[in-house]
Amino acid sequence: MIDLDLSPRYEAFRDECRTWLLDNKPDRALESMDTPGGFEQHREWERVLFDGGWSVPAWPAVYGGRDCDLMEWLIYEEEYWSSGVPGRVSANGVSLLAPTIFNFGTTEQRDHFLPRMAAGTDIWAQGWSEPDAGSDLAAIKTRAIRDGDQFVINGQKTWCSRGAWADWIFCIVRTDADAERHRGLTYLLVPADAPGLERRPIGRLDGEPGFAEIFFDDCRVSVDNALGEEGQGWAVAMAAAGSERGLNLRSPGRFMAAAERLRVLATELQSSGDRIDCRLRDEVTDAWIRSEAYRWQTYFTASRLMEGDELGSEASLMKVFWSEMDLELHATAMRLLGDRGELAPDAPDSVDRGAWLDGYVFALSGPIYAGTNEIQRNIIAERVLGLPRR
Amino acid sequence: MRFSFSAEQDMFRDTVRDLLADRCSPGAIRASWDEDGRVAGLWAALGEVGLTAVLAPESVGGLAMKEIDLVRPIEEVGYAGVPEPLAEHAGVAVPALAEGGSPGLAEAAAAGEITCSIGLGAGGRYVLAAEIADLLVMERSGELYAVPSGVITLTPQPSVDQSRRLCEVDFDVADATPLVGADPGVASDRAVLFAAAQCLGVARRLLDATVEYVGTRHQFGKPVGSYQAVKHQLSDVRIATEFAAPLVYRAAWSIAAESTTTLDRRRDVSMAKAVASDAVDRACRVALQCHGAIGYTIEYDLQLWLKRGWALSSAWGDARFHRDRVSESLGI
Ligand SMILES: Cc1cc2nc3c(=O)[nH]c(=O)nc-3n(C[C@H](O)[C@H](O)[C@H](O)COP(=O)(O)OP(=O)(O)OC[C@H]3O[C@@H](n4cnc5c(N)ncnc54)[C@H](O)[C@@H]3O)c2cc1C
Repeated sequence: MIDLDLSPRYEAFRDECRTWLLDNKPDRALESMDTPGGFEQHREWERVLFDGGWSVPAWPAVYGGRDCDLMEWLIYEEEYWSSGVPGRVSANGVSLLAPTIFNFGTTEQRDHFLPRMAAGTDIWAQGWSEPDAGSDLAAIKTRAIRDGDQFVINGQKTWCSRGAWADWIFCIVRTDADAERHRGLTYLLVPADAPGLERRPIGRLDGEPGFAEIFFDDCRVSVDNALGEEGQGWAVAMAAAGSERGLNLRSPGRFMAAAERLRVLATELQSSGDRIDCRLRDEVTDAWIRSEAYRWQTYFTASRLMEGDELGSEASLMKVFWSEMDLELHATAMRLLGDRGELAPDAPDSVDRGAWLDGYVFALSGPIYAGTNEIQRNIIAERVLGLPRR
Repeated sequence: MRFSFSAEQDMFRDTVRDLLADRCSPGAIRASWDEDGRVAGLWAALGEVGLTAVLAPESVGGLAMKEIDLVRPIEEVGYAGVPEPLAEHAGVAVPALAEGGSPGLAEAAAAGEITCSIGLGAGGRYVLAAEIADLLVMERSGELYAVPSGVITLTPQPSVDQSRRLCEVDFDVADATPLVGADPGVASDRAVLFAAAQCLGVARRLLDATVEYVGTRHQFGKPVGSYQAVKHQLSDVRIATEFAAPLVYRAAWSIAAESTTTLDRRRDVSMAKAVASDAVDRACRVALQCHGAIGYTIEYDLQLWLKRGWALSSAWGDARFHRDRVSESLGI
C-alpha cells in the first residue's frame, strides 16, 4: 500500500523530537569532535541525548532506546539534522558495531556493551584498515594468536577515526596465522587502555588530529572479547557492512538539512546583491532535488525492510549516491561563495564561520571511506547487475 | 507513511508487462512502421486488461484508480517501446474527458473503443498519433477541448523515432466541445508524470539490454562486461534509475493526494521529470557506448529505445525546463 502522508502518530512523534531537540540544543557550537577537547564536549552531548532518551531511539528500551520503528527513526534523523544540534561522536559504534552486536553478540556482551555505548560511556572507534589493507580488507596482517584464555595481538591499524581518544576499538584481526585472505579472521573488541596498545594521532586534511594509527605489541585481550565465532570475522563484519554504506550511516535528514542550508545561502547571497548565474542556480536546485531523491528512495527502501526484506548489495547504490550528492552540494556552496570560499573560520569575511569549507573538506572523504566508490561500483556491477567478475 | 506497492498493484503491472512482452515485440514495432503505426490488436488487448480505464470513474465504466496505480504500467509501456499513444490516452485524455463533463466520450475512451491523444500548452506542441486518433484533447487559451478527428487540420512533423508520428494540429474551437471542469494544469502535470514514467522504463530497458550484451560479447578473450570501465558506466545508470524511480512514484502520489497543494504537485512532478530525463539521457549514452558499432545500426533493436529515449527526455519539458520550475518554487 502507498500512503505518503504521515499519520497523526508519526506527526506527534515528529513534534516530540523537534521540541526536545530545540529545548536541549547547546547554547554554543561545540569544538570539532576530531580534537581532544571537542571529543569530550561531544561525549557530554551524548550523555544529554541519553538522559533524554534520544541517543539510540531505534534500540530496544532495555538497552537505552525507545523501540522506534524505521519510519520513526528516519523522522528523528530529519529533525536531528534540521535542528542544528551537534554531530554524533558515537556514530561509528552506533551505526556499525551495534548492529553486529545485536546480530552476533552473546547476552553478556549485549548487556555490557550496548547500554554503555548508548550513554556515551564507551565511545568506539573502527580498527579495520591497515597500511597494506585498504580496499583489499582481506589482506590484513594484524595477528591475534590464542594463548590460553587470551589473544595476543601484534600488528598495526591505521586511519582509525578518533581512535586516539576512543575508549574501545572494534577490530578485525587474523587469528589463524596459516589461513589466507577471508579465512581465519576474527572480530575482536579491544579496550584502548589494554597494555601493549599504543596510538598516535595523524592530522587529517582539515588539520585536525582525527585519524589515529594503532600499534599492537603483545597486546593481550580476553577471548571473551571476540564478537561472533573465532575464525568467522569476515562474515561477522560483512553482515553489517550494508549498515555502514546504507541508511544507518547516512540517513536522508543530514542531506535534506544541508540542501536547505544551501538554498538559504543562495537566496541570501541573491538578496545581498550577488548575481547567481543560471548554471549555479541549477546546481543549487539539483542538490535540493537529489536530497529529495535520496529521501524518497530511503522511504521506499525502509518500507521494504519493514516488511521483512533485507538490504543487500543495494546499500552500495546508496553509498555512491549520498557521498557524491554531498560532495556536489558542498562544491556548489564553494562556487557560490566565490573568493570567500577559501576563508578560514577566523577570517573577518568568512561566511558561517567557515562551515561550508569544513563541510566541503569532509565531503571529499565520502567517496573514500566506508568502501571507496570504485569498489561500490564494482559491487553494483557484479552483485546487483550480475556482470562477470573477470 | 508507507511506500510499497500492494500485491494487486504488482499483479496489474506484471499483467501489462507480460502482455507487452508477448504482443509488442521489437518485430511487431518494426512491422507497425509499414502500416498506420499501430500494433495490430494491441490496443484492444490493453483495453481488455483495463489499462485504458484506470483513471476513469466507475460511472463511466472505469476502475476509479489513481495515478499511482497507472505509473508503473506506463513505465512498462516505455520498457516495451509501445508505439501507441497510451500514456496520452490513459494517463491524460481519459481523466480529462471524465472530469470535463463528457461521460459518453469518457466511457468510450475508458473502454478502449476509441483512441485519444493530447495537445497541451507547454511541451505539447506536436501531437503524437494525431493521424490515427479518433479524438484529441486540446488546450486553447487555458481551456481544454474535446476535438473530434473530423475537424482538425494536420501538418506532419516527422520524428527521429519512427514510432512517434507527430503532427501540428489546427482546429476551430467552434467545432470542439469545451471540457468544463477539467483542469489544464492537472492535465499537463499528468502528461509530464507519464512521460517521466516512460523515461524510466526506457532507461531500464536500455540497461537490461546492455547488461545482457556485454555479458556475452567477448574481446581480448573475455566478456567486455568484465572490464571496469564498462562496469562502472553501467553501475551509474543503475544508480540513476534507482534514485529517479521513487521521485516518479512520489509525484504520481502527489497528483491525487488531498494533502498536496497545486504548487507541491507541480514541483513534485517537475522533480520527477528532471531526474527521469537525466536518467534516460545517461542510459542512452552508456548503452550505445557499451555496444560499440552494433548499437549504431538501424538493424539492431537498440535503436528503438535510444530514439525513444532521446525523444522522451525532452518531450513535455526537458530536465533544464523542469529544474527551472523547481528553482522558482524554491525561491531561487
Ligand atoms: C575520513 C576517513 C575516515 C576513515 N575512518 C576509518 C576508520 O575509522 N577505521 C578504519 O578502519 N578505516 C577508516 N578509513 C579508511 C578507509 O576505510 C580506507 O581509506 C578505504 O577502505 C580505502 O582504502 P585506502 O585508503 O587504503 O585506498 P586504496 O585501497 O589503496 O585505494 C586507492 C585507490 O585505488 C582504488 N582501488 C583500489 N582497489 C580497487 C579495485 N579493485 N578496483 C578499482 N579501484 C580500486 C580505490 O578506489 C582508490 O581510488 C577512513 C578513511 C577516511 C578517508
